[in-house]
Amino acid sequence: MSARSNILNKLRAGLAGTTPRPDEFDEGLVTRPWQYAPEDRITRLRSLMEAVQTEVHQLPAAQWPEKVLALLQERGLNNLLYAPGTAHGQVLVNYWQQAGAKPELLAYDRPVDDWKEELFWRVQASVTSTVGGIAATGSLALWPDRHEPRLMSLLPPLHIALLNASEIEDNLYTMMQKQNWSAGMPTNLLLVSGPSKTADIEQVLAYGAHGPKELVVLILEDR
Amino acid sequence: MNQRIPVTELSDTFRGRAKEALADDQLRTNFRVAMDSLMQKRADAFPDEEEREGLRELGNRIKARALSRLPDLLEQLEAKLTENGVNVHWAETTAEANRIVHSIIESKQGSQVVKGKSMVSEEMEMNDYLAERDIECLESDMGEYIVQLDGEKPSHIIMPAIHKNRYQVSKLFHDKLGVEETDDVNKLIRIGRETLRQKFMEADVGVSGVNFAIAETGTLLLVENEGNGRMSTTAPPVHVAVTGIEKVVENLRDVVPLVSLLTRSALGQPITTYVNMISGPRKPDELDGPEEVHLVLLDNGRTGAFADAQMRQTLNCIRCGACMNHCPVYTRVGGHTYGEVYPGPIGKIVTPHMVGLKQVPDHPSASSLCGACGDVCPVKIPIPELLQRLRQENVKSPAEQPKVKDGGAKYSARERAVWRFWRTLNTRPGLYRLFLWGATRFGKLTPKNLGPWTENHTAPVPARRSLHDLAKAHLARAESQHTGGQS
Repeated sequence: MSARSNILNKLRAGLAGTTPRPDEFDEGLVTRPWQYAPEDRITRLRSLMEAVQTEVHQLPAAQWPEKVLALLQERGLNNLLYAPGTAHGQVLVNYWQQAGAKPELLAYDRPVDDWKEELFWRVQASVTSTVGGIAATGSLALWPDRHEPRLMSLLPPLHIALLNASEIEDNLYTMMQKQNWSAGMPTNLLLVSGPSKTADIEQVLAYGAHGPKELVVLILEDR
Repeated sequence: MNQRIPVTELSDTFRGRAKEALADDQLRTNFRVAMDSLMQKRADAFPDEEEREGLRELGNRIKARALSRLPDLLEQLEAKLTENGVNVHWAETTAEANRIVHSIIESKQGSQVVKGKSMVSEEMEMNDYLAERDIECLESDMGEYIVQLDGEKPSHIIMPAIHKNRYQVSKLFHDKLGVEETDDVNKLIRIGRETLRQKFMEADVGVSGVNFAIAETGTLLLVENEGNGRMSTTAPPVHVAVTGIEKVVENLRDVVPLVSLLTRSALGQPITTYVNMISGPRKPDELDGPEEVHLVLLDNGRTGAFADAQMRQTLNCIRCGACMNHCPVYTRVGGHTYGEVYPGPIGKIVTPHMVGLKQVPDHPSASSLCGACGDVCPVKIPIPELLQRLRQENVKSPAEQPKVKDGGAKYSARERAVWRFWRTLNTRPGLYRLFLWGATRFGKLTPKNLGPWTENHTAPVPARRSLHDLAKAHLARAESQHTGGQS
């Protein structure tokens, strides 16, 4: 007998004569306390994210590449990891050329295995998209894919995330339902709610544990 | 590193260890401060009682529903994960689970493993198992890393190094890593970050736990703040997740209340920095992520707990640690006193199924039954009730067929005889009067040494006159005064 069948048989024996419990999921419990007027969503998301040391800026959609450049310059950073296969990646490249921007653009266009060392140690910042924000918890939803790989939001010390103002939902449940996540999950789906942190020593909060030390969210006014 | 890690061996019984812990002022201060703050944080995270209670009720129902269909859900999870390209393995024992993990590492000729936080891997003692086979298995959660560096075990399931203060960590880093001592926590964390980043890059295999396994979509969900979980599950070419069979839930939407309950109960955070949902290995056209993902489903006594409808509720646990944060016993004796992987109230009710009551005979009674653990449990496990049940199982005679592993560990024929005598004495008036007559006259013959009682108290000496006697005399006196007043 395999471990699998032993385990399943024991569990089935334990359930003999019982019926499965009904599905009593009450969506009101996870939505009702977490509903906001549209104009309050941004305020709530901002205040929660800022409370965990996230830098949040709100700006007209067309201005984001300029803001990204300014953020790099403020910090004296000289390279930026971006996703060349995405629409926002192209916008960024165009702006960089037109503005004659100095920081080097690093395209994530080959497998991690080909440039792991560089990705781990040399990249200073990255810019990625998001598929929305969550007001209730102050979170971003990231949906990495072949154009915008997973490590982009993890390795660089500074992560800049683009969030469309119109894509901020009240709560996780609403977002999950609206975007129909259960119909097809990506390899990796992420909720990010600040820069990485730890309180493992004396419960003293320290930012920049293993992931980004800084998270900057650019909320793009797109309506 | 490639040798068995020497674990500081304390006394070998719960009572002995508790005594040592209680005398350690530094340890008690570290725990008191930490638990007070964690309790406050949880309270602040649930400002609305009605919302909290509604959510706990929902959490309980979701877990109960999942358990009522557990074998089906495990099969559905396996089918879905397989479809997504994940290899699913089953292990009845920790030894089997270790063999599986080792064979995966071996097939890749791997020698370096980084591990995200995983309590199941602690159950398996995976670090030691792999070290004995010349594989370095490095903890990457800051707290776990500190504990591993010092050759210790975690003392709290969420805050593994909570028993240490910054000076102790600083000294440890200085001794083991050769860095300068500092009392700046930020600097200490930066040292950990730099050291471990190199390891994340070099690792052949990343190991992680799982917070929730979602059957509907074939998804492994992990919550964390540090990013080490994402590192361990994204950077190395192979990811091995290990988890208990009770972690499966039916639908993706089920995790919405469960994650909220977990992060608020554990740390008082509305959500952790990262909620990492993994549904498969790197696809052919993707540029990063592990090429292989494995899931090891571990039993290790869980089917034993499942077989008993009452004890089955222990499998509701989502490992938030709130019960230990609120436990007056845990706060005073600390996590290491329990001597097992899972300390505190939850440890006392899950450990017997894993290792048997014989190994943890004092666990069920190391509680004042104050009920705080049950009150705060986010999935409403009736911990005090289960502790009482375990106390009963603990003293059952072989003839009474204890239902929990190694039940009857504290059965004593002598204790039973004493209680039988007590019952007889108290239910037969004639016998009772005879006993009373003897006790009031020969009370001085009471032994001076009465076991644990006389360790801290003087031995009781029965009074010369019994309460019955005194009451009788009192009534007679009152009666005579009454009649005397009338004359």
